[in-house]
Amino acid sequence: MVIGVITAGLVIWQARLLSGVIVDVTSEGATWANVSGAVGILLGIFVLRGLLAWSAEAAAVRSSARAKRELREAALDHALALGPQGPAGRDPADLSALVTRGVDALDSYFARYLPQLVLAVIVPIAVLATVLGQDLLSAFIIAVTLPLIPIFMILIGLYTKRRVDRQWRTLSLLSGHFLDLVSGLPTLKIFGRAKTQAEAIDAIGDRYRSTTMSVLKITFLSSLALELLASLSVALVAVSVGLRLAEDQIVYSVALFILVLAPEAYLPLRLVGQHFHAAAEGLGAADRMLTIIETPLPVAGGTRALPQAAPITVEGVVVRYPDRPESGSAPVTFTARPGTVTALVGPSGGGKSSLLSALLGYLAPSDGHVTVGDIDLSELDLDQWRNSIGWLPQHPPIVDAHLDPEPTIYACVDVGRGLAEDDVRAALTAVGLLEEGAALDRRLAADGSGLSIGQRQRLALARAIAGRPQVLLLDEPTASLDGDSEARVIEAVQAAARRGAVVIVVAHRPALVDVSDQVVLVAPAASQVAVPQPAAAVSLPGQRGW
Amino acid sequence: MNVSETTTHSASAMRALWNDVSSERREIYLAAFLGFLASASAVALLGTSGWLIARAAEMPPVLTLTVAAVMVRTFALGRGLMRYLERLVGHDAAFRGLTTLRVRVYRSLESITPLGLSRFTRGDLLARLGADVDTALDLPLRVVLPWVQAGIVALATSAFVVWLLPQAGITLAILAGAAVLVWPWIVGRIVRRAEGAIAPARGALIESVIAIVDAAAVLTAYGARRPATRALAVRDAQLTRAETREAGALGVGAAVGMILQGLAVTGVIAVTVPRVAAGEIAPVWLAVIALLPLALFDVLTTVPTAAIARERVRGSAVRLEAITEAGEQVTAGQLLPDEAGGAEDGIEPFDSLQVNSVRARWPGAVDDALIDVDLRLAAGERVLIMGPSGSGKSTLAAVIMGFLPYQGSVLLNGREVSAVGSDHVARTIGLLSQHAHVFDTSVEENVRLGRVDASLDEIWSALERAQLAEWVRSLPEGIESRVGAFGARMSGGERQRLAVARLLLAQRSALVLDEPTEHLDRETSLDIEQTIARETHGAAAVIISHQVVEGVDRIIEMRAGRIVAEGSHEELMALDGWYAQQVRRQREGQRMLDVMQQLPVGVAVAR
Repeated sequence: MVIGVITAGLVIWQARLLSGVIVDVTSEGATWANVSGAVGILLGIFVLRGLLAWSAEAAAVRSSARAKRELREAALDHALALGPQGPAGRDPADLSALVTRGVDALDSYFARYLPQLVLAVIVPIAVLATVLGQDLLSAFIIAVTLPLIPIFMILIGLYTKRRVDRQWRTLSLLSGHFLDLVSGLPTLKIFGRAKTQAEAIDAIGDRYRSTTMSVLKITFLSSLALELLASLSVALVAVSVGLRLAEDQIVYSVALFILVLAPEAYLPLRLVGQHFHAAAEGLGAADRMLTIIETPLPVAGGTRALPQAAPITVEGVVVRYPDRPESGSAPVTFTARPGTVTALVGPSGGGKSSLLSALLGYLAPSDGHVTVGDIDLSELDLDQWRNSIGWLPQHPPIVDAHLDPEPTIYACVDVGRGLAEDDVRAALTAVGLLEEGAALDRRLAADGSGLSIGQRQRLALARAIAGRPQVLLLDEPTASLDGDSEARVIEAVQAAARRGAVVIVVAHRPALVDVSDQVVLVAPAASQVAVPQPAAAVSLPGQRGW
Repeated sequence: MNVSETTTHSASAMRALWNDVSSERREIYLAAFLGFLASASAVALLGTSGWLIARAAEMPPVLTLTVAAVMVRTFALGRGLMRYLERLVGHDAAFRGLTTLRVRVYRSLESITPLGLSRFTRGDLLARLGADVDTALDLPLRVVLPWVQAGIVALATSAFVVWLLPQAGITLAILAGAAVLVWPWIVGRIVRRAEGAIAPARGALIESVIAIVDAAAVLTAYGARRPATRALAVRDAQLTRAETREAGALGVGAAVGMILQGLAVTGVIAVTVPRVAAGEIAPVWLAVIALLPLALFDVLTTVPTAAIARERVRGSAVRLEAITEAGEQVTAGQLLPDEAGGAEDGIEPFDSLQVNSVRARWPGAVDDALIDVDLRLAAGERVLIMGPSGSGKSTLAAVIMGFLPYQGSVLLNGREVSAVGSDHVARTIGLLSQHAHVFDTSVEENVRLGRVDASLDEIWSALERAQLAEWVRSLPEGIESRVGAFGARMSGGERQRLAVARLLLAQRSALVLDEPTEHLDRETSLDIEQTIARETHGAAAVIISHQVVEGVDRIIEMRAGRIVAEGSHEELMALDGWYAQQVRRQREGQRMLDVMQQLPVGVAVAR
C-alpha cells in the first residue's frame, strides 16, 4: 500500500521532470547547463523506482512465503487429525502434492497478482487526479476508458468462461491420454498395438489444437480489448492535446506532461491481466486446502477421562467409508475385557480394519456404539484414549516424532512418548529384535532399508506394545513373518493380555485364532463368506474341532 | 559431471526440444514478425505522439499535423491487433510443435518398452513427464518469441535514432543491448544459483511432508503430531529463507531494468541537448529521442521474464532428452531391438519353446538374475514355476517374451527370440501380468485391444468367459462405459478380469502368466486363477505363481536364479523344500476359511 502510493508519486514526478526538460530545451532554448540538474534528478527517480521495485519484490515474496507456510501447516495438521480415513490415508500422494507444489502455485497470487492489484488501483487514480488538475478533456477521456477495461475483461471473461473451462478439461484430457498411453505401453506392446498409437497421438493432438484455437480466438479477445482500449485512449489523448496545442488552447508543457503520464495509467492494469490466470490456479489450490481445513473431524471427542482397566464394548457397530456407501459390514457386537484376546476374522475388504479405525476414533460408526467402561467413545478425551492404545496398522510405517531422515531404533519405538530405555528394550526383546542386534542407538535409513519386511513388522509391533498400553489393536501382526517369528509375536500378544491389556487382533492365520479367547467374524452385510474351491492338487487336512 | 559439461548438456537438450516445438518454422517466423510489428507499434505510438505535440507547439498549420495524427491512431490500433494475431499464430505453431514432441517422446519410450520404461514411468515421474511435455509450450511462447521481438525492436529503434542523431542512437543501442543480452544473463544466473539452494530445501520439505502424510495415523495415535509438524516447520523455514534470498536477487534484476531505463532516457537527453543548442538537430526531435527509450524499455520488460521461463524449461528439456537418449541406446545395442518395421498384426501358432542354459542380467545389476536355466515347453503343455520372490521367475518370463537380452539360446518355434524381437514373440505368446494396463476408454475398446478386428459378439463372449459380463451389464452405459484413468472406476479384481478377457480375445496358443493376481487379496486371487485355468485350457502355458495351481503337467522350483527342483506335485512334496512349505501355508489358509464358514456374522464366539 505504502509502496503503491510512493510508486504513484514517483511516476508522476518523473513525467513532470521529463516533459519539463523537453519543453525547456525545445521551446525555451535552455542549454545542457540549465537542464542538467533536472536530468540528474530524473535519473535519481529511476534509481529510486528500481530500489522500490526491489524491496517490493522481496516484501511480496516474504509475505507470500508466510501465507504459504501458514496454509500448509493448517491443512497438514488438520489432515493428520482426520486420520487414515481423511485425505492423508485415502490419497497420500495427492495430499503431498497439494501441500508442496500446490501451495507454491500461490506465489503467483500473493507475490505477483495481489501487489499488482494494489498498484492497479492506486496508480491510475493518482494519474487521473493529476491529469484532472491540468486538462479537463484529457481527464475525461482517461476517466471514461479506464473503467471500461475491467468491465470489458469481466464481460468477455464471463462469455468465454464456460468454453474455456471445457477447454482446460480437454487439455488435461489430452495430457492424460498421452500419459495413459505411455503407462500402458507394455500392454500395447504385448498385443502389438504400440507403434500404431503414435499416429493416434498425432491425430488427437491435431484435433485438440483446432478446438483449442477456436476457443483461444475468443479468449485472447479480452486482452485485445485491453490493449486496444489502452493504446487508443493514449492516442486519443495525444491527438486531442496536439491539435488543441496547435490552436493555442493548451500550454505546451501541460500537453507533453499529459502525454508522458497517460500510458502510466494503463500499464498496471495490463500487468494485472497478465498475472490473473496464474493467480487463479493458485487460488484453486488454496480452495482445496481450505476444504480440508474445514472438514469436520469424524469423531470430535469429549472431555471425559478414560476409565482404568475398562472393557471395550462394541454394540451393533456398522462402519462405512464415507465415499463408499455400499462398503458396510454387517452389525458387529462384542465385549473385549481386560486380560483377554479377541480375534477378528473375515474376508478381506469385509471391514476388519475399518472397525479398528472406528475404535481409534478415526471413523465414526454409521450405526451402533463403542463404549469404554460405560462412557461412549465420542465423549472420551480422544488424545488420552489414543495414548492408551498400542496400535499396529496394516503395512505399518516406521517413523520417529521429528521426521529424522535416519532415526534411531529407540526413536522409532518411542515416537515422542518419552519411554524409558528399559521399556523399549523389553518390547524389542519380546518381538525377538534385540537378539538380532537391534541396539537402541542403531540408526535406520529413512526408507526402512536395512531391515527385512519381517523385521519392520516386528519393530512396529514393539512400538505398539512398548510402554504397556491398556489396549492393543493389532492388524494382522503376523503378516510376512516366518514360523519362528510368528511364535514369538504370538507369545508377546499373550503376555500383553496376561498383564491385563484389552487385546483386539485382526487374524488371518489360524495360529492367532488358536490363542484367542473369543472370535468375531466381520463380514459384509447379508453375505455368506464366499469360499473359493481349493486347488485339487492340494489335499486338505480335516477340520479342527471347535 | 562438471559445470561446463552440465551446461553443454542442457544446451543440447534445449536445442533438441526447440527443434521439436518449432517444427512449424514458417508459422514461428510469422508470429515473430507479427510480434515485432506489435512491439514496434507500441514504441512508434509514443514517438509519433511526442513529435506531434512538439511540432504542434511550434504552431504550424493544423494540416501539417494530420498525417502524424493518423499515424498515432494507426499505431494504437496496430499494437493491439498485431499482438492478437501474434498470439493466435504463435499458439497454433506451439501446439503443432507440442504434438511433434509428444510423438517423439512416445516413440522413444516405445522403443525402450518395457525394459527401460520403468525408469521413466514410476508414479511421480510419470506425472512429471506429463508436466515436462506441457512446459515445452513455454519455450516458443514465453522464451523465444518475446526475446526475439525485443531484440529486433531494440535494434530497429536504435537504428532509427542513429539516423536522427548518431551519438544518441549509439547511446541507446548500448543500453538496449545490455537490456536484451546482459540483463537476462544476470537474471538467469540468479535463478540458476538460487535453484541450487532451493531445490534441496524443497526436496527436504517434500520428503518430510510425504513421511508425515504416510505416517499420519501412527503419529496421531502416538500423540506425536505436534513434534512432527514442528520438525516440518523447521524445514519449511529453511525453504522460505532460500526463496526469500532468490526474491531479493530477482528484485535486484527488476532494479537493474529500471536503472537501465533511467540511464537510457537521461543518457540520450544528455547527448542530444547540446546538439540541439548547437543547431545540429531540430528541437522538435528531442521529444522523439527522449520518449522512444521510455517506450522501448517497457517492451523490454518481457526479457527477464523470458530468462526465468528459460530456466524452467531447461529442467524439462534435460529430463525429456534423457528419454530420447535411452531410446537411442536401443540402436546402440544395449537393449533388444524390435523387428524393424515389424508387422504388428497376425497370430502365429505355438509349436515349441526351448530355453537352453540361459543366463540373463537386468541392466545395471551386478549379479545374473538367471543362471543356466533350461526349460522345454511343447504345444498344450502347462508348467508351473514357483519360488520365493527374487528367485528369477519374472526374469525368465521377460527373457521368453524377448524383453531382456540373454546368453544361451531361447528358441520359439525353432527361431532365436533375440533375433526376431519381442513384437514377433507377442504374435505367438500372450502375456498376462499384474501390470496389465486398463486404458481410460470404454470397456469395449479395452478388450478389443486383444484383437482389433473382433466382432462385438466375440468381445461379449470374452467378457463372459472372464466372468466380467455381469459387471459390465450392471454399468450405466454397459460395454460403452468409460472405466476412468488407470481403471479408477474398477476394483483390482475387475481390472484383472478385464485383462483376462483381453487375453482370451487375443487367442494365443501359448501363454506366459506372470503372477497375474499377485496384488489381489486371497479370495479374489484364487477365484481369478481358476477362471484363467479353466478358460485357457488347451493352450501351452508357463504359469508363474506364488500359489499352488491345479492341473499342471510339471512344477519347477527356482531359487537364486537357478532351477533347484523339477517334477510332479508328489515328487516336490517328497523333497520338502520351499514348494512343500507353500503347500502347507495354503492349507492353513484353507483352514482359516473353514473357521470363518462356521462362524455367525458379527457376534463373538467364545472358545
